[in-house]
Formats: sequence, structure tokens, C-alpha cells
Amino acid sequence: MVQLTLPKNSKVAKGKTWPKPEGSDPKALRTFRIYRYDPDTGENPRWDTYYVDTSKCGPMILDALFFIKNEIDSTLAFRRSCREGICGSCSMNIGGRNTIACTKGIDEHKGAISIAPLPHQPVIKDLVSDLTHFFAQLNSIQPWLQTETPTPQGEWRQSPEDRQQLDGLYECILCACCSTGCPSYWWNSEKFLGPAALLQAYRWIADSRDEATGERLDALEDPFKLYRCHTIMNCANVCPKGLNPAKAIAHIKELMVERQT
Amino acid sequence: MAELRTPLSRAKGLGSARSGSGHFIAQRVSAVALMLLIPVFVWMIARLPDMSYETARAAIGSPLGALVLLLTLTAAFYHMRLGLQVVIEDYISEPFTRAGLLIANTLLVAGLWLVALFSILVIAA
Repeated sequence: MVQLTLPKNSKVAKGKTWPKPEGSDPKALRTFRIYRYDPDTGENPRWDTYYVDTSKCGPMILDALFFIKNEIDSTLAFRRSCREGICGSCSMNIGGRNTIACTKGIDEHKGAISIAPLPHQPVIKDLVSDLTHFFAQLNSIQPWLQTETPTPQGEWRQSPEDRQQLDGLYECILCACCSTGCPSYWWNSEKFLGPAALLQAYRWIADSRDEATGERLDALEDPFKLYRCHTIMNCANVCPKGLNPAKAIAHIKELMVERQT
Repeated sequence: MAELRTPLSRAKGLGSARSGSGHFIAQRVSAVALMLLIPVFVWMIARLPDMSYETARAAIGSPLGALVLLLTLTAAFYHMRLGLQVVIEDYISEPFTRAGLLIANTLLVAGLWLVALFSILVIAA
């Protein structure tokens, strides 16, 4: 059966409450409950509580994480890079929803804000999850232009209308919020490619310059790789870029039917 | 040492099964058929309690009555077989349990379908 409870060594314990920053205005303090896990200690993960002085940090959740790391507890691990919603590094589960910390405002949440790593992925440390399989799945759909026609002297040309077909697809930043928020991906991620990889697959299927459309569809024609998508729509719900992977997947299914009928 | 396997090898797995669209189409076609058949089926069944035993048998055994029942139950059992297959594949990961349940699903639904067909045909005969 599907495993609905956490294994013994993953049960999350109540952690420690860190002291409030000295000399801070109590009205500016916000409470953060953060998932902590250190593989070196052999201990179970725990929820630590931190108080962040919002008058001394920026407005985003990522700013609060920096405040914690710089001012309270330097051992907290999380990924981040661009801090403007384009690299996809700081994806995590904030207040029960997958999103990226750099574009999520602290004021968008009321009360204590809980932050956990992306669901259903191995945790490397604290908020850093292991996305090796996720990126290998992206790799498996061959996300690059494939052609048989010899490369032209200039560039591969595309009409503005054909280019428009890629809108809503090319913007994906591969943060993995969608795939790790998809129940079908939780239960069958070994074989189901997940919304992110399938959106990327459709990005190349929909590209008028690509000459491997048939091979791409062949590779997806599978009860698990593609058809585990049951249009649950969590992917579209959580995408921090406002994309709709479920719609891209539906387009792939349409093409599968079209080439049979 | 499973760790020596490359991530791409694991992600590619056994490759594409080159099937799945047939199942997808069949599930939707049977759903459309049921959307048309179920209202007629319900209307027909709802009238039966008010009839005498003989009239009810005659209604079921009439060419139109038997046809509605045969079509509805065939579409319903087929749709059920396809749907339950997906549920089992989704939630049961242990290979032997999964295979056993998938076989049981087919046999059980086929059995129920045959019993239903046989019953209707006996009444209609």
C-alpha cells in the first residue's frame, strides 16, 4: 500500500525554541517554525521555533531565512541564489504550500509560519531536498532542440504565431514545486515523470522548429510516464510562476489521441 | 550497490511501454456512453417497483429494455475495470499484490458482467 505515515526515523519531533533577538520591538516579531534535520547526528528531524525581527529584515520569506541564518542560527541550511524568482533554488513548503521563498511575502501569512523542505523527497539537510531523480527525469525527456535538417547558416526560424505556442511553457524555472506537490508523483515518482518534466516535454513537442515530435510522443506513450496524471491540478495551484502544467499534459494527451485517430 | 546506477538510468527505467493511449481513450468513450445510458437506465429501474412481477419481467425482457440494460451494464463494467486498474496501479506498489489485484480486478469484473448478461438474456429469452 501507499505509505501514509512517516517511517520511524523520519517522524518529526518537537525541537527547541530559539531566544528572541535582543532589543527587538515585540510588535515586529514574527514566529517561524522550521523543519530541521541533520544527517550527521542520526537524530530524527524536529521543528525549531525562531523569532524574526521583521523591522530588521526584508519583506520576503527568504529575507527572514537570511535573518535567522545571520543573526540567530548559522547552522540552518537552505538553497537560494537569485532572490528574484528566476533560479528556482529556494523552493520549499511554506505554510503548507510549495512555493519559492524569495517571491513569497512574510505578510502573506498570518500567525506562525511553518517552513519545511519540498514534500516526499529525500532530505539532505534542513530545507535542502535531494532533487537528483527530479532532474534526471527532466534529462530523460531530452530538453533540447532536435533536428535532422542540417543546421542553417543563420538561426532556426520561427513565426511569431509559432513562438506564441511556447508562452506559458518556457517560463518554467524548474523549482520542482509542482512535481513534489502532486499526489500521483508522491505515489509513483519512480515511473511517473511528474508535471515539471512533462511541461518541459510539451515545451519541445510544441516547438515548431523541433523535428523529433513523434519520437518525443513515443517516449511518453506509457501508462506511467504520462498517464499517471489524473488532473488533480495541485501543480497549477502551487506554481510560483503561475504556469499550468496540467494543461500542458492535457495537450500531450490530445496529441496522443490525435495521432491515433 | 544501487548508488552506482546513474540517476538517468534510474529515471529512464524500462523505457516507454508504447501503450496507454488506448486505455485513456476507452475510459473516456465508456464514460460518454454511460452519461447517455445512465439516465435511461435509472428511469427504467425506478419504474420497476410499481409494476407487478410479470410486467417487470416483460419490461426487462422487451427488446428495448433488454438492450438498455445490456448496453449500460457492459459500459459500466468495462469502465469499472479500467478505473479500478488505475486505482490499483496508483496505490499498490508491492509488485505481487499489485499483479494479484490487477488479475482479480479483470476476473471479478468479467464474472459480474457475464452474470448480469446471463440474467438479462434468461429473462429476455
